Amino acid sequence: MSKKDFNVEVIDLNTDKSKKGRKKKINGPSSKKKGDKKINVEKVDIKKKKNNRKRNRRDEDSVNDIEPNISNKSRNVQFAVVMYFFLALFIALCIYFCYFLAFKSDDFINSPYNARLEKLAENIIRGDIVDKNGVVLASSSSDNVRSYPYSNMYAHAIGYDSNGMSGVELDGNFYMLRSHAFFLERIKNDLMNVKNKGDTVVTTLDHNLQEVAYDNMEYDGAVVAIEPKTGKILVMTAKPDFNPNTVSDNYKKLSQGETSVLLNRATQGLYAPGSTFKILTALEYLQENPNAAQSTFDCKGKLTVDNYTIRCYHGEVHGHQTFMEAFGNSCNIAFSEIGLGLNKNGFTQMCNQLLFNKKLPTRLSNTSTSQFKIDDSTKDTLMMQTAIGQGETLVTPIHMCMIASAICNDGKLMEPYILDSVTNYKGINVKTFNSKTIDSILTQAQADQIEEYMRYVVTDGTATGLNGSNYTAYGKTGTAEFNDNKDEAHSWFVGYAKKDDKEIAIAVLQEKGGSGSKTAVPIARAVFDKYFSEIDKSKE
Amino acid sequence: MAHIVVYVSRFILVFLFAIYTYDCFAALRRSVGRERQKRLYHRQVFIMYIILIDLNLCIFVSTNNMMIILFMLAQMLFFGICMLIYKKVYKHASYALINNMCMLMTISFAILARLDMGNAIKQFVIAAIGMVATCFIPALISKLKMWNRLKWLYAIIGILGLLLVLVIGSRVYGAKININLGPIAIQPSEFIKIIFVFFVAAMLYVLPEDDLSKMKIDFKSSDFRKVLIATLVAGAHVLILVASKDLGGATIFLFTYIVMLYVATRKPLYLIISFLGMAVGGVLIYLLFNHVKVRVAAWLDPLGTIQDQGYQVSQSLFAIGTGGWFGSGLCQGMPDKIPVVSQDFIFAAISEELGAVFALCLIFVCISCIFMFFNIAMEIRDQFYKLIALGLGTLYGIQVFITLGGVTKFIPSTGVTLPLVSYGGSSLLSTIILFAIIQGLYCRQFEREDV
Repeated sequence: MSKKDFNVEVIDLNTDKSKKGRKKKINGPSSKKKGDKKINVEKVDIKKKKNNRKRNRRDEDSVNDIEPNISNKSRNVQFAVVMYFFLALFIALCIYFCYFLAFKSDDFINSPYNARLEKLAENIIRGDIVDKNGVVLASSSSDNVRSYPYSNMYAHAIGYDSNGMSGVELDGNFYMLRSHAFFLERIKNDLMNVKNKGDTVVTTLDHNLQEVAYDNMEYDGAVVAIEPKTGKILVMTAKPDFNPNTVSDNYKKLSQGETSVLLNRATQGLYAPGSTFKILTALEYLQENPNAAQSTFDCKGKLTVDNYTIRCYHGEVHGHQTFMEAFGNSCNIAFSEIGLGLNKNGFTQMCNQLLFNKKLPTRLSNTSTSQFKIDDSTKDTLMMQTAIGQGETLVTPIHMCMIASAICNDGKLMEPYILDSVTNYKGINVKTFNSKTIDSILTQAQADQIEEYMRYVVTDGTATGLNGSNYTAYGKTGTAEFNDNKDEAHSWFVGYAKKDDKEIAIAVLQEKGGSGSKTAVPIARAVFDKYFSEIDKSKE
Repeated sequence: MAHIVVYVSRFILVFLFAIYTYDCFAALRRSVGRERQKRLYHRQVFIMYIILIDLNLCIFVSTNNMMIILFMLAQMLFFGICMLIYKKVYKHASYALINNMCMLMTISFAILARLDMGNAIKQFVIAAIGMVATCFIPALISKLKMWNRLKWLYAIIGILGLLLVLVIGSRVYGAKININLGPIAIQPSEFIKIIFVFFVAAMLYVLPEDDLSKMKIDFKSSDFRKVLIATLVAGAHVLILVASKDLGGATIFLFTYIVMLYVATRKPLYLIISFLGMAVGGVLIYLLFNHVKVRVAAWLDPLGTIQDQGYQVSQSLFAIGTGGWFGSGLCQGMPDKIPVVSQDFIFAAISEELGAVFALCLIFVCISCIFMFFNIAMEIRDQFYKLIALGLGTLYGIQVFITLGGVTKFIPSTGVTLPLVSYGGSSLLSTIILFAIIQGLYCRQFEREDV
């Protein structure tokens, strides 16, 4: 019923009453006696207003009607205002209630504090978890014993379902505890007191790629690969790992060991970014200096400021070089000089825009927050270190992968996610999770320019290991020192590859893996090769 | 077997209740003929009984408790008698209101029986006594003529009653609300609310006399003197409630007074001043009272504060969220995880087990009651009774809004019951009285016309 209808009704009633009043005088007690609350009017007659007033006077009994001259209609304006006010309040409430159910309730449903999920679990066989091609990554027997066929390979990405939960087991918990099996089958099961089979969670992971990444990792660390156009997480591996099949037996050992085995280093490990951070330094430098591309640098192998000396990796001397060459060679001297000249507030702003110092916009339940800390009081030596990714900056591998993915996608960041869809146990779709644009964290121009430099790293710089393939690769290597022992360094590669309209972004981190070119680049190459060969295969 | 009955019932209940709700509004429409309106109300009664049977059947198959069948029969008899009284004895009573009243109680009894059979029976007994005790109220309202002359009696009862609670009341969840009389705890503010509405109406119905301008207040006028006195008395009520830490109650009194003041004086200026005052007062109360800060913190981030202050709201949202649009089915959820679920958070239990669609329909049934109240207020020609109807409508509306808003995290929760649905004798009884008074006003209006 519309608001207008309502208001009008009341007014009609009032005019009508006067009419009835007069009728009765003439006809005596009439049909009115039947007494229902609504009197419906045929016609509104303005003349009746006079009678209205008369009636008003007659109406007075104990209570004096103070204003016989004011019609009920005009007296009801305030009543209508209050009524619409209430209507607005309740409509806002209803809209909020629906909004909560449609969009916000998942946060609450999946909360580990929500005891209801345990109850659901009693009547259901927990659903499977499969990769995007249907390869089963986790399944339950009819007595709800969980098994993980690839054991350690998905220890972090899929997680475990005893002693608390993690990974997809946690994020997709609710869906696996519901059954959308054919309703007759469910009724049959209910009658026979057999548990229903829970829905299957389809992940965005690609088992072929995960396997390649996992097998190529020689050191502890992490590999994350994302499809830049959608934000789908294709690969997520982390070492050290554990066997999720035996978590309940070994939980004490796992949770108390010094190596923090249960920590998913891909999303929660915080590392010095090393030279991969030069992507951000370069972006800031380009933003501050319109002619940055033309600037040149002179590398003598070392640079000393305030008794602090920066050297290029392995004591190399790069000599005279353009900005692009300095980026390609990952020249620490050139970037230290750049760092000294950068606007500190501007740099902080750039990093914050690229998701530092805030919760990463992902759909994963546990991610660490990357840190970037400089301010007006930051000393020159720290500025030099910060510019080359040392100093106090810390990042997670997935964060670096998100930056690469945004550059690949013309600056537009898609929200990374790992739950692709939910199907019933026979594979009929129940729910699809859509990809979501977070924001343009870079302009298209910025993305294009940095892409040019990242391409140069592959063709002429430190990542030539990715050259000579049938796809176009872009990237930046890194060798991050993390303590005073200069011989130990984390090996990084951050980049992406394109062929036709297929794209993949990657971040590889190998703890104490040494040079990025030597250790991290080959892993990226293996994953890229596999990704594009799978696509070629499927085309045939 | 139990599963299937409950599973299928989820949809049947939602479907039936949606039709019922539709009928509420369809019958309000102007274009509805009187015959069709009657048919709609009869259909409502029919649906109500089916819902009643289905709800109790679900509980029966889940618990196998024979008591529930007896309880169901008792309810059917009770509602039958209620309708008989109001439809046959009071010929002019509003069918819409009596139907909604019975419908809300049906849901209440079922959900209470599911939570705690003992409470449900207690509630039922109170409802039965209340219905019998209040069935003469409509007659009193329409026949007696002295209601507008007792303003000082209303004021004294109201203030003394609230003071009594402040002094000898017992603390419940930090607020002093109840007075314990042996085994029974009564909540006087529930009844004083209604007396308060009578006071304000008796005080302000003569307005406006000599101050007719809309946006200006004439401080020398006799109107202003009356407003001042009324405001002081109303302020005393509110301050005593704030001192008892009954913020929900204080909000209801204050809001009702503001609305009545605005309508009586016809000055939007009062409305503006009041809302500015409320905003300042709200900030002050937030800064002064720690328990208010706690509630606001729980409202802003219930999950982050789940270990302490956010626990209740989080549990409520777990219930609503996990229940989803069609609910988990009666007796299939875990509403007992929510603290004080049978009182302030009953809506969460309903939404969890009967579904959000059902809960939305419930909200709309409440809205239709509010519409009816205002509709009656507008039809009445006598300013005193107009204000009474308006005040009671506002009282009911704001209480429903505060409790539903708190449960769904739309506004911070203040611990107010959902009239006719929540467990609690005082709340139930006072709402039955409130509905009875409105019925009285309704009958009075028609009897005037029949003269």
